[in-house]
Amino acid sequence: MTMNNNKKYRDILLETVDKKYRKRMFVNKLVTIFTIICVIAAIVPLTSILIEVVKNGISAISYDFLTQPQGSIGSGSGGIAPAIQGTFIVVGLAAAIGTPVGLLTGIYLSEFAQEGKFSNSVRFFNDVLTGLPSIVIGIVGYVLIVLALGSFSVLAGALSLSIIMIPIVVRVTEETLKVVPYSLREAGHSLGLSKAKITLFIVLPAAKDGILTGIVVAISRIAGETAPLIMTILGTSLFFTGITGPVDALPLRIWRLASQPYESAHAFGWGSALVLILMILALSMGLRLLVQKRSLRPVT
Amino acid sequence: MVGLVAFSVAKGSTDIFSKEGFNFITQSNWDAVEGRESFGAFPYIIGTLLSAGIAMLIGVPISLGIAIFISEIAPPRIGTPLAFLSELLAAVPSIIYGLWALFVFRFWVRDLVEKPLYDAFHVFPIFDKTPFGLDIFTAGVVLAIMIIPIVSSICREVMKVVPHSQREAAYSLGATRWETVRMAVFPYVKSGLVGASMLGLGRAVGETILVTMIIGNVIGPNAIPTSVFSQGQTLASLIANEFNEASSDLHLSALIALGAILLVLTMGINIAARIMVKKKVKVQSGAKSQ
Amino acid sequence: MAIEDPIEAKETVVRTTEKYKVKIENVNGWYGTKRAIKDINLNVKEKTVTAFIGPSGCGKTTLLRCLNRMHEMTPGAHADGRIMVDGIDIYDKSIDPVIIRRRIGMVFQKPNPFPTMSIFDNVAAGLKLNGLTNKTIIREIVEESLKEAALWDEVKNQLEQPGMSLSGGQQQRLCIARALAMQPEVLLMDEPTSSLDPIGSSKIEELVRILKDSVTIIIVTHNMQQAGRVSDFTAFMYLGDLIEYGTTNQIFMKPEKELTERYISGKFG
Repeated sequence: MTMNNNKKYRDILLETVDKKYRKRMFVNKLVTIFTIICVIAAIVPLTSILIEVVKNGISAISYDFLTQPQGSIGSGSGGIAPAIQGTFIVVGLAAAIGTPVGLLTGIYLSEFAQEGKFSNSVRFFNDVLTGLPSIVIGIVGYVLIVLALGSFSVLAGALSLSIIMIPIVVRVTEETLKVVPYSLREAGHSLGLSKAKITLFIVLPAAKDGILTGIVVAISRIAGETAPLIMTILGTSLFFTGITGPVDALPLRIWRLASQPYESAHAFGWGSALVLILMILALSMGLRLLVQKRSLRPVT
Repeated sequence: MVGLVAFSVAKGSTDIFSKEGFNFITQSNWDAVEGRESFGAFPYIIGTLLSAGIAMLIGVPISLGIAIFISEIAPPRIGTPLAFLSELLAAVPSIIYGLWALFVFRFWVRDLVEKPLYDAFHVFPIFDKTPFGLDIFTAGVVLAIMIIPIVSSICREVMKVVPHSQREAAYSLGATRWETVRMAVFPYVKSGLVGASMLGLGRAVGETILVTMIIGNVIGPNAIPTSVFSQGQTLASLIANEFNEASSDLHLSALIALGAILLVLTMGINIAARIMVKKKVKVQSGAKSQ
Repeated sequence: MAIEDPIEAKETVVRTTEKYKVKIENVNGWYGTKRAIKDINLNVKEKTVTAFIGPSGCGKTTLLRCLNRMHEMTPGAHADGRIMVDGIDIYDKSIDPVIIRRRIGMVFQKPNPFPTMSIFDNVAAGLKLNGLTNKTIIREIVEESLKEAALWDEVKNQLEQPGMSLSGGQQQRLCIARALAMQPEVLLMDEPTSSLDPIGSSKIEELVRILKDSVTIIIVTHNMQQAGRVSDFTAFMYLGDLIEYGTTNQIFMKPEKELTERYISGKFG
């Protein structure tokens, strides 16, 4: 009986299957094409952006461009040196604040914290912080520092940027440390080392590359941030005057230049964009070289 | 240091309350006439939602398509560099997006998309203004491009976790590749995908500098967009625009209040997103209990 | 019904020479540049149980997966040679693997029912996928398949329960039912009992013995006793080569190759 039923089912199945087969293959093909279109849709803007920045920016770059302050508006003379300097200073300061804080918090979360409400809420808040719009962080910086000190300042900008940077570093640090195999720590324990020493001399070096990458990513991210700078550093066309004074920075300068109606200003904007991208690229490349050099060293 | 994190979030908000004495004006009013007295956030809330909405409509399907392509279709040789490219997209500072959008992309959008749409559909009020490129629509499109890397990379990660045996089961029944994805992968990752989209939404809502460069920057009752081709303004872009020239304390407070709305909105979205992404983990551990 | 008498075995061979369901000819299987199975030649008779045995890494699973073209799903993997099923070379360029897999079912080592589907939907999955919409027929086939998999009595009142709510042994039978619903002519089983407890395993073995009346079964197992219990024919593989192939009786009682003999007597595993 089973055999007869089987034959009957087999025939039915075969019949349906052949009918639907072409449609199914068609749908499959359609979906594949769709996904490929999506991929192209993402690649096109990327290449366009890169091309445009290089194309338009390269004509603006010159020695003056890189070393002189802004000339009179619309004249097309001068350069963006203050902005370059400012970016270095503000980002550098932010990194100086953000790196240790982020690192320590990440280390704490991964190595020292007990599993419990406290550490979970810290992680939770950290995650929330990563998602905050940068302009809101700018407001925080404004309220906290600018109002308090009475003027726009490098400090305010650096603080805001560090607020953006810290959660990223914390997350990367914690996750990289988590991946370090427990056996390393056990080895340290068995040698009678204190937890602090173990962390410092055994675990951290093992995670160095990952953490370093994370830090550089974070720095690249804040180097390009514009919004928080609007309300914290003001963006003058002068050179650095002091930590409590206003300063310029590349992203801000680009924004201002783009909003001016002059062709020359626009050209400067592209040039600044190119400089910014090159700086960020240099940072990541530098990191990659560093990481590679390390991995060539024999494993201790 | 731990306290600093939670603290700064809170502190930012308390200062906003310095403004809140006038909150009956700010919440959901119509008017945003700058100058003297009344400020209202309504038009900008609409602007934010509309531009983010467009970004999602365009960006999420594309991100999904990319995620499917990289994780299911492409061999690793192609998939890995593509993933890398997607990371590159994420690394571009938003100001450079803005620059590009302002000087290059908007013409593409205007000519290739807006004009044909307008010609074909301008009967419908939603398409009813003559497009010239600097409007909510363009803003939405560029925002879509910005969120693609985030959304697609989370989608990809979530899809990677699906056990291979599930896919094999589907294939062994004679499923095509798309059918396998639909049958074996999607049910696992549904909530993760939603979470990924919401993270993208959060980003689109909070994006400032790009938007202010290409959205047209209008204020006041005119700012309520009547069609996708209207000029508009979002919460974030208005803050950026006016902050340095705020004319009075009230004005400033109003702007900060906008920031508060933005903060609450973004936080809500992000928290919901993370819950969704974490949810998928529960499905799997529940299923494994034997 | 394992063949007892060697003389009778020979006659059986002669009698059913035309009824080879699967003919494997000069098949090689590759992972990248590494050749996992080398020049395999093997003929499987209709409605029998054939076991592939051998130590781990010998290539038996690779060979199995070539039979329904699942092998090439691994990145970098491919196979060459000819595999004739009912006279059609499944590796022919014009054939879409999707079609093959419909007619050759597979059961995996670890049961893998779709977790988001009910028991009923799991069994019906292949049917619906291939376009069957007639609800009555679907219900009939599901019931029939579950009966064939000896699971019907246990689940007939809870068909709407999620597939994962069953025990391990039951889940595996569910997967068998799911594969059977497609009315396959060949059923491939990749170590189907290795993740089950002894009771579950014996139920599956019982099933195999019954099923072979309607389906040709090829089973990979690392458990020699199991092969001895359920199969009519056995192929012994080692390091990618087919060392010996014959009736189960002959392989276990009078192996021709020394390697076979050493494996059978447990000298290595």
